[in-house]
Amino acid sequence: MAIKKDAVENNKPLKVVLVGNPNVGKSVYFHRLTGHYVDVSNFPGTTMEFICSRFGCDFLVDTPGAYGLSSFTPEEAQVRDEVLSADVVINVVDSVHLYRDIFLTYQLADAGVPMVVALNMVDELKARGLEVDAEELERRLGVPVISTVAITGEGVDRLRERLAEARPGLCDPEVEKMLARYPNLGRAEALLVLEGDSDVSVRRGVEPGQERDAIYAARRRRVNDTASAVLFERGADAGLATRLGHWLINPLTGIPALIFTLWLTYELVGVFFAQTVVGFTEGTLMGGYYEPLVRSLLSRFLDLDAPLGTILAGQFGLLTMAITYLFGLLFPLVAGFYLVLSMLEDSGYLPRIAILTDRVMSYLGLNGQAVIPLVLGFGCVTMAIITTRMLASDRERRIATFLLALTVPCSAQLAFVAAILGSLGAGYVILYGLLILSIMLGVGTVLGRFLPGQTVPLLIDLPTMRLPRPSNVLMKTWARTFGFIKEAFPIFLGGALTLSILRVTGLMERIERAMEPLTTGWLLLPGETAYAFIMGFIRRDFGTAGIISIPMEPLQMFVALVTLTLFVPCIATTLVIFKERGWREGVTVWLSILILAFLFGGLVAHLVHFFQGISPTLVLPLTALTVMLALFIIVAVSRQRETG
Amino acid sequence: MTLDQVRTGDWVKIISIADERIREQAFRMGIDEGEEFTCAGVIPAGPVVLSKHRQEIAVGRELARHINVEMLAPVRQTKAGMAALEGGLY
Repeated sequence: MAIKKDAVENNKPLKVVLVGNPNVGKSVYFHRLTGHYVDVSNFPGTTMEFICSRFGCDFLVDTPGAYGLSSFTPEEAQVRDEVLSADVVINVVDSVHLYRDIFLTYQLADAGVPMVVALNMVDELKARGLEVDAEELERRLGVPVISTVAITGEGVDRLRERLAEARPGLCDPEVEKMLARYPNLGRAEALLVLEGDSDVSVRRGVEPGQERDAIYAARRRRVNDTASAVLFERGADAGLATRLGHWLINPLTGIPALIFTLWLTYELVGVFFAQTVVGFTEGTLMGGYYEPLVRSLLSRFLDLDAPLGTILAGQFGLLTMAITYLFGLLFPLVAGFYLVLSMLEDSGYLPRIAILTDRVMSYLGLNGQAVIPLVLGFGCVTMAIITTRMLASDRERRIATFLLALTVPCSAQLAFVAAILGSLGAGYVILYGLLILSIMLGVGTVLGRFLPGQTVPLLIDLPTMRLPRPSNVLMKTWARTFGFIKEAFPIFLGGALTLSILRVTGLMERIERAMEPLTTGWLLLPGETAYAFIMGFIRRDFGTAGIISIPMEPLQMFVALVTLTLFVPCIATTLVIFKERGWREGVTVWLSILILAFLFGGLVAHLVHFFQGISPTLVLPLTALTVMLALFIIVAVSRQRETG
Repeated sequence: MTLDQVRTGDWVKIISIADERIREQAFRMGIDEGEEFTCAGVIPAGPVVLSKHRQEIAVGRELARHINVEMLAPVRQTKAGMAALEGGLY
């Protein structure tokens, strides 16, 4: 028994840590071993947090994927610290990708941590034309190696049984000698110091070692040696999944496939869930049955027009609007959104979309991965902002959130926009699309240029394409939807309360009056549009609906439409931005959007007014030309300053 | 030559990685000096997809520019290249 003696003798619970490369199935084990569900997907980086749960008498920790133990990235540093404090490590490896995965295994062996190796996904070997000799691998590593298929549970019991046999793996003899230089350090710490790990060296007050390159190179040789001795090629890689994966990243076939997927996603989330399902849950269920019931019940005890009645059941009532938004609007949208996203995640398609769009996205200060939240925004901006979590850096999450909140109209707003543009004519449709896209590109370019930091270049491991498993898709959808509603609940009640107070105290009307100079003066719109903008503060689509009934010139209508598209995001979105990005950034984003919406709206108003003075028939083409010219100048200037 | 100049099907060997930060980043993905890869795909002006032992890694163009490679065999001269061209993997 090599597991720390004191822990065993004192019968203390052991700390068992799941460690492995990204996307090898650590979280599936966590679920299998503890019964506690955590998100499982088919792309690297699903687990970004450390999760701990009871595991028999012991504790099991799930960690983000890491290629090695080091201080290269914050995640790797955290995984390193978990390993340093672990009693036992379960090293999960993808049997198809042994050359990549056992580098970490050998590092754990050199570090002398008691471990077992879970040789996962052995069911995929055959289709990939491979065969693995698990016994030979066990002999070479010196630790128990258990062949498993975590998603079906195959071999998981065996892993549980053999956990007691966990022991340190065979160390590289050269490394063993070098470790003697640090007699006062624990073995794992000594190894990390040798490898020049700055954090551990500082912690232990020693100089970081200079041996990293030598140790890494020797370890890579050991890895290649072992992998070639235990992994046999029995045939060609006949996997349809591999071919499909290649078609999806080849622009000739990949771009049509991408467009088809986007259309399908939009139809499912943006049309079916956002309109059909929400129409039923928000309109019929909540608006038709729930709210009238609440009002009639409340009216027996209190005056609904009194301040308390307004707060509870008024326009922004805690029991009416807050509950309707949460369960009638948000719940089905979140569920529908996650259903589609879960399928996309589990298929392994997302990293491939990122590859195809990487170049275009680089203009916006983003890398390819950001395309997913931007597209989902056309269904529901609120949901899309939650997915910005998948982006690599905070800078990218910030840019994507801002672009979503400013320029992407959600499906509800798009419905009204389409109705109005349809009555205005094709020229306006084209100009609208051009204008909104130009503003997205322009603002993205400027943000990418001026926000501190640099775009993280794309470097991703491509997962194998797989058919999503319905059980995981449903479980994930449910777990995320439930978690989201639980978190959003108090925020929604607070938001509704604030709005009601504005209404009760009469501040609402004063805001409406204060806006009039802006609407008539700057935007050259009729005074009544102030009402639409006030509604727009609550939801942009309400505001858009509001301008239909106001008599206006087509050009004025167009200006109002553009301003409302860029207008502050709806309450639900705003609350999510606050929750995701913090109060300070939330306020900055919201105010910037308010200013930008009126700024761009006013510029468009004055531009079309100016061109109308020159030639009423050429207003639209001249405006389009000016917009494209402005965009060209902004992109050219930003990029020149970047390279210069 | 640098990695951003390779074509689909080329068989290359990594010679050196110019930037230390990028070297560390790429190393973690198994892209190390001396390693050999088949290019599984190049997205025009976009990422380069490297393939080895049935593992595929997409390298952003900005990163690829900093990676020096040696051409071991250009596309159409190797089995690996032909296989990659046909969509199957080496």
